[in-house]
Amino acid sequence: MNEYITLSLILFTIGCVGVLVRRNAIVVFMCIELMLNATNLAFVSFSRQNGNLDGQVAAFFVMVVAAAEVVVGLSIIVSIYRARRSASVDEASLLKS
Amino acid sequence: MFDLQWLLIAIPLASGLGLLVWGKEGDRFGHLIGTVASALSFLFGVVLFASLLGKDGEDRSQSTKLFTWIDAGSFHVDMGFTFDQLSGLFVLLITGVGTLIHVYSIGYMAHDERRRRFFAFLNIFIAAMLTLVLASDYLVLFLGWEGVGLASYLLIGFWQHKDSAAAAAKKAFVVNRVGDLGMALGIMLMFTEFGTSSIHAVNGAITGASGSVATALGLLLLLGACGKSAQVPLQSWLLDAMEGPTPVSALIHAATMVTAGVYLVVRSNGIFDASEAARTAVIVVGLVTLLAGAWIGCAKDDIKKALAGSTMSQIGYMMLAAGLGPAGYAFAIFHLITHGFFKANMFLGAGSVMHGMNDDVEMRHYGGLRTFMPITFATFGLGYLAIIGVPPFAGFWSKDKIIEAAFGQNVWVGLGALLGAGVTAFYMTRLMIMTFFSEKRWREEVHPHESPRVMTWPLIGLAALSAVGGILLVSDWISEWLEPITGHAEHEELAIPAIVLTLIITVVVLIGVAAAVFFYNREPIAAETPADSSVSIFARAGRHELYGNELNDAVVVRPTRHLTRFLVWFDGKGVDGFVTGVADRLGDTSQFLRKPQTGYVRSYALTMFGGVAVLVLALLAVTLA
Repeated sequence: MNEYITLSLILFTIGCVGVLVRRNAIVVFMCIELMLNATNLAFVSFSRQNGNLDGQVAAFFVMVVAAAEVVVGLSIIVSIYRARRSASVDEASLLKS
Repeated sequence: MFDLQWLLIAIPLASGLGLLVWGKEGDRFGHLIGTVASALSFLFGVVLFASLLGKDGEDRSQSTKLFTWIDAGSFHVDMGFTFDQLSGLFVLLITGVGTLIHVYSIGYMAHDERRRRFFAFLNIFIAAMLTLVLASDYLVLFLGWEGVGLASYLLIGFWQHKDSAAAAAKKAFVVNRVGDLGMALGIMLMFTEFGTSSIHAVNGAITGASGSVATALGLLLLLGACGKSAQVPLQSWLLDAMEGPTPVSALIHAATMVTAGVYLVVRSNGIFDASEAARTAVIVVGLVTLLAGAWIGCAKDDIKKALAGSTMSQIGYMMLAAGLGPAGYAFAIFHLITHGFFKANMFLGAGSVMHGMNDDVEMRHYGGLRTFMPITFATFGLGYLAIIGVPPFAGFWSKDKIIEAAFGQNVWVGLGALLGAGVTAFYMTRLMIMTFFSEKRWREEVHPHESPRVMTWPLIGLAALSAVGGILLVSDWISEWLEPITGHAEHEELAIPAIVLTLIITVVVLIGVAAAVFFYNREPIAAETPADSSVSIFARAGRHELYGNELNDAVVVRPTRHLTRFLVWFDGKGVDGFVTGVADRLGDTSQFLRKPQTGYVRSYALTMFGGVAVLVLALLAVTLA
């Protein structure tokens, strides 16, 4: 059991660090997916441990939301790339004060 | 018929307001309408006065109530008018002299493109002045009081393109406000003490009130009278008021409006009879003003200002007489009327001289005008003889009576009045010599000529009145006529017979004349005003109007200015400082808060992770504890 949780934590940490340190929007996006999946793993593990299906249901919800988010997020990244010929998140900093 | 006395006021008021709104087409005949309105009012006044003569006793006071003006709780004011012996005389003076001055103004203002407006203002003045004298309630009187103040303001500043005229108008208005404050407080005091401000009721109830109330009322009304009548200490506006057109100076600032203060004192005789202190204050004010005005009149080279000083001085005589109580009221009114004649005459004469001298007012630029302006000279001369008190002209009778009454009161007051008569003779002779006698000192391109007939006829009329005005005193007519209003006075026997006193007065007057002739015929008069440093300290003080303006500046204007500056500073730094300070601090805070908004998604994400981490740790800490 602990192994699953440990793996989930490791994956989440990798995703988290990736979001914070990578510049490429696609990689950042993939890291977010990684974090989502890490959480899914945790959900399922706990579900299994507790012996009910609540966690699994939550995992399905996360997948659905993640799918929708991918659609929106990727299209944003594509349009940013088209406008600026770059997918770096640091260059898209127009909203600074 | 007396129910219609409001028409006296309504005719000039309607004409005045009508002329103001008429528009350009009215320019051709506006002055005629104004004059006719004033004349109609005069004719109606004559009819009313004549029918008053036909009545006797109580019937000579005819009151009408037009409508209820204010009815609030226990406060009740009627818009009512009273035509009685006193107001009747005033109606004749105001409308009679007023009409003559209207006629004169047709000629004097002929070249002024705003003549219609001038006549409108004159009409409004007549209406307001008639309201003042006909009112049967102090509040209605106050309405007229403020009305004449407004008309005076508008007419002093009639040539508003001149800064000096605009400033003089403002000064007159502001100084009058001080006096009006006294009036307003007096009326409020009447209401709290007696529950009414009706003139008749207040003067009747005053005997039942405490002495201090009568004194307070008397002093407050005196303050009002000082403002309107240019008495010390509120005298400073009158000399500046000469910036207005000369007919205005004659009508408002010599014959009628400035005497309103005297009217107020005489009309409120019940109050002043009840308070010895208030009467003494009136005497002191009158005496000081009569000497101060005469002093100023001696030193001024501006013909209108010299006459204005003289007006101050003569009103001082009236005030003095009014302060003497029942012994003097009738003579105050008598002198007021004769003064209205001869001073209006002389002001119009001065206007006629200015008309011929290209509007120059400097007497040092005149000289030798008697042959060039014979009618002006002759009429002015009659006014001159009247004012200095040469028998048998009007001023002799009225001034003689006042000085006699003053001696009856107190020797020193009498001596002051006697000295004033001598000084009057001096400055008026000086004015005559500098203007009509002596050698020519004209500026270039001045061609003195007699004024048109429309201007000389009023002069002749007023000169005739100045000559025969003394007729009112025949067998003490005026004293008996006014007795129901002013109360009966026991005739006081002086230590010396009246005829001797009259002789003494005449001698003093002759000494004044002789002194002026001696000083001003000795050597040619300088064509320019000598510098301040070369004249005696008396002349210097007189030229500066006895430093009245400087005193006002030091006591009132400058402290007020300092206060204003402090208030502006406090408003800027204190009040505004607080308000803008709050806004500034909020701005600073937001400046500080916008620093983290870098626009880098990563730093936002880090902040979010940090926040979540803190949240999770806190939750853990709570659950584990």
